[in-house]
Amino acid sequence: MILLTLRALTSYWRRHRGQLLALLAGLTLATALWSAVQAINGQARSDYVRAAQQLGGTEQTFLARADGGAIPMDSFAQLRRAGWRVSPVMEARVVVGNLRLRVTGLDPFTAAPGTLPPVMAQQLASDPASVMTAPGRGFAAPELVAQLPAESLLPPLDPTPGLPPREIVTDISTVAALPDAELVRLSLHPQQPRFQTPLEQIAPDLVLQAGTGRVDATRLTDSFHLNLTAFGLLSFAVGLFIVHAGIGLAFEQRRATVRTLRALGVPLRTVMIALLVELLCLALIAGGAGVLLGYLLAAALLPDVAATLRGLYGAAVGDGLLFRPVWALSGMAMAVLGTGTAAATGLWALARMPLLASARPRAWSRVSERALWMQAAFGLFLLGLGVVAAWALDGLVAGFTLLGGLLLGAALMLPLSLALVLRLGRSQARSVLGAWFWADAQQQLRGLSMALMALMLALATNIGVGTMVSSFRLTFTGWLDQRLAADLYISARSEEQGAAITDWAQASRLRLLPLVSAEQTLSGRPGDIFGVKDDPLYRDSWPLIAAIAEPWDALHDAGAVLINEQLARSAALWPGQEITLAPGWRVPIAGVYSDYGNPKAQAIVALPELESRFSGLPRLRFGLIAPDTESARTQLQDLGLSQGQITDQAGIKAFSLAIFEQTFAVTAALNVLTLAVAGFAIFTSLTTLAALRLPQLAPVWALGKPRAALARLELLRAVLLAGLTYVLALPVGLALAWSLLAVVNVEAFGWRLPMFLFPSQWVWLGLAALLAALLAAALPARRLARRSPADFLRVFANER
Amino acid sequence: MIDARDITKTYPGTPRAVPVLQGLSLAVSGGETVALTGESGSGKSTLLHILGGLEAADTGIVTIAGQDVGALDEAGRAALRRDSIGLVFQQFNLIPSLDVGANLAFQARLNGRYDAGWAGTLAERLGLSDLLSRYPEELSGGQQQRVAIGRALASRPPVLMADEPTGNLDEDSAARVLDLMLSLVRETGTTLLIVTHSAAVAAQMDRRVHLSRGRLSAPSDAVGAAS
Repeated sequence: MILLTLRALTSYWRRHRGQLLALLAGLTLATALWSAVQAINGQARSDYVRAAQQLGGTEQTFLARADGGAIPMDSFAQLRRAGWRVSPVMEARVVVGNLRLRVTGLDPFTAAPGTLPPVMAQQLASDPASVMTAPGRGFAAPELVAQLPAESLLPPLDPTPGLPPREIVTDISTVAALPDAELVRLSLHPQQPRFQTPLEQIAPDLVLQAGTGRVDATRLTDSFHLNLTAFGLLSFAVGLFIVHAGIGLAFEQRRATVRTLRALGVPLRTVMIALLVELLCLALIAGGAGVLLGYLLAAALLPDVAATLRGLYGAAVGDGLLFRPVWALSGMAMAVLGTGTAAATGLWALARMPLLASARPRAWSRVSERALWMQAAFGLFLLGLGVVAAWALDGLVAGFTLLGGLLLGAALMLPLSLALVLRLGRSQARSVLGAWFWADAQQQLRGLSMALMALMLALATNIGVGTMVSSFRLTFTGWLDQRLAADLYISARSEEQGAAITDWAQASRLRLLPLVSAEQTLSGRPGDIFGVKDDPLYRDSWPLIAAIAEPWDALHDAGAVLINEQLARSAALWPGQEITLAPGWRVPIAGVYSDYGNPKAQAIVALPELESRFSGLPRLRFGLIAPDTESARTQLQDLGLSQGQITDQAGIKAFSLAIFEQTFAVTAALNVLTLAVAGFAIFTSLTTLAALRLPQLAPVWALGKPRAALARLELLRAVLLAGLTYVLALPVGLALAWSLLAVVNVEAFGWRLPMFLFPSQWVWLGLAALLAALLAAALPARRLARRSPADFLRVFANER
Repeated sequence: MIDARDITKTYPGTPRAVPVLQGLSLAVSGGETVALTGESGSGKSTLLHILGGLEAADTGIVTIAGQDVGALDEAGRAALRRDSIGLVFQQFNLIPSLDVGANLAFQARLNGRYDAGWAGTLAERLGLSDLLSRYPEELSGGQQQRVAIGRALASRPPVLMADEPTGNLDEDSAARVLDLMLSLVRETGTTLLIVTHSAAVAAQMDRRVHLSRGRLSAPSDAVGAAS
């Protein structure tokens, strides 16, 4: 009986292929966007894990100094003597050309089993001498090996895919031979003796920590992936509006069939099971197609995303995408769950439908005003919840709760807002046809409200994200102009070449600004301290966002420090307060500067101060102020510098802006796709509802309004509703932009951006929305204009 | 075959509830054809729905083909309709997405009594042989009603209930449809209860009962049969 019932119910789709296609396309698109984001996130995360494994295990417990400084060798020896099973890890910073590298040395004798990088363990097993005796053997990413010159301080390197781009891993003895090598942490063996002298007695300055012991790519990139996931979820939600509209209408149009089936003796349970089987089949078909499409989409987007992650965070992400069952299954599960969610209200209504009530479609019944008010009240509640969450909670959760509450709340309030506007229009109508037009639009609202809500979400997201990106671009460009004020940027190959450049600049009476830095943990965060020369360039153009009076005097004369915005916000440190830069080096903060795109903490001190604290810092990079850059370039080349060692300001700006554009390429693609999905939702709703509107249109046609005129009114109505939705989406989009700039960005990246308004973008988006509505309504309107008069007459014959 | 005793049914209404059936009793023997007449709103359709297990009575006992309808749950009532009752509606209620052939065979396939030979005979007798691959929307009202009658009879139900089956048809079509239905019912020995406004239709039945103010009244033979 189930098969027969299923056949009767599914035969509907054979007669409504366009509707079936729209429904499947909606679900496929929704699943594809979700799966694509999951695939990208999954691939990136797995690359991080692979990189971490290549570096020697992911999660270990280790001992390190709380301030991130070097561990005295004595502490290690005492711990070993006291029975602690610890393995030393040394690190050295090496500058080769213009590459700053981290070389990590592991000790094969004391390392716990399984904690050495697999490639190193293999090499040790086959040829231990090659790793442990001079010149040693290192392992680095293939692209890094290709970049490095044949001769350097480094040991011979084996190309090892999966390692981070600026990391080298090798034996501890090889690292120990490098200048400035430090014992940075002690890995703890998982099995320790039962009785040990307490840590506080042997090495009170060491603390127990968990993790990989290095700047964790996953931590830095979490916010980026969360942003992507949020976008994926939004796209999925928009896609579900299509599915909801499609399934809802299919149920609506089959109410009479369901009643007939039940009257003929099919139990309600059988009908429900048949409908669930049908939905499951639709979900599986569309889910499968969606996962496949998602894979293709992810493969197309991944190179951009990988470039962003490498550029912004230095994270090791490859361009290749592997098929992973986990995200494919997650896509299928989302398709099934999404279909279930979209169909829940329709199924519930069918299950509760009395057997003998009127079988006429009710899609066009006027939605009760009470229901609209209740829906709007719920929307207001969600909006309030988002605001309260943003105020009461911390972190990205607060930001995304605010965004969710804002978008969902506004979408739920849309139908009531539109109904009130339409009612106002009706009260102002002067002609009979005008009154009918407004009244009919009110009646149409129920059938279209889902699609219009989807359109509102898409428009608000476009405005919000567009405003954020454009504000960021404007700020970033201005900031680049301030930060990159020198005319040429020079990288020396060696300290000797650096000294030669300095001598040449002095002789040429050109201003040369050395760029010297030391890596240091700042307020518990990985960071760098830069030393700067006292120069008007910094005083005039450095982008300070908060400062005491005369901050540069304080920096150069009183040993004060400038810190970047990320550090200021995350550690709640502002001008007037003090910060510890290293053990025994505590200084007042003179100012805070913006430092976009940098995930690390940063501090600036006077150059002599830095060089006195960290001896032997190489002077390899310089900024040069030269009125005639071409002449300076020629003279530098005469000193033996290659073209690649001299970069002009415009080149760096172009490169930085290219990274910026790449960062938001994915966002822009998702933005366009979301709008397309929303336009498709309107098309689906209008197309599938076209047949149901005949009873509304037939009397007007019979009273003398031609079909073509009715079709034009249909177009006008669609454009009117889209236009009203756009107007209501505008403030929501701006609120979204503010939330992104002032809340989410601060939580995710540590910097706050000023908000700029771009009215020309709004105009284009408004035109796009109207065009989408016009296109969506064109086909149903054309069909109406060509509809046979017999179809209209059938309405009166009561034979529908 | 049909035995209804002391049936009452009241619909909630404003300002007060509307009693539709007030202690009504009716008995129809196997193979008998009975016309149920009455004014609009007199409760004819409500009585038919209660007898067909589509709606529950407030009080009273309904027995169809030996089964107490009131004692059945939703699934039991569905089984009763599927196996024992053929229903013909004024609005035809065909399944729009199935062609005529599939509509015709639907209930018979549901109750497992599908017989291709009998279905073919019905299609031929009802003049539907050339329309089997058409869809309901492509048929005239008379043709649709013939499909509905064919669907009900194809499952060989002991009882056929028809709610104004010719109400939407012109006089000639109505007469042809009714003749066909009656001849098929009589050939198969099916019990027929037909709701109609038409005195001409009622006159062709074995018996006529009239519903007025919630009770069966004239002619007297109906009351006698009920008692």
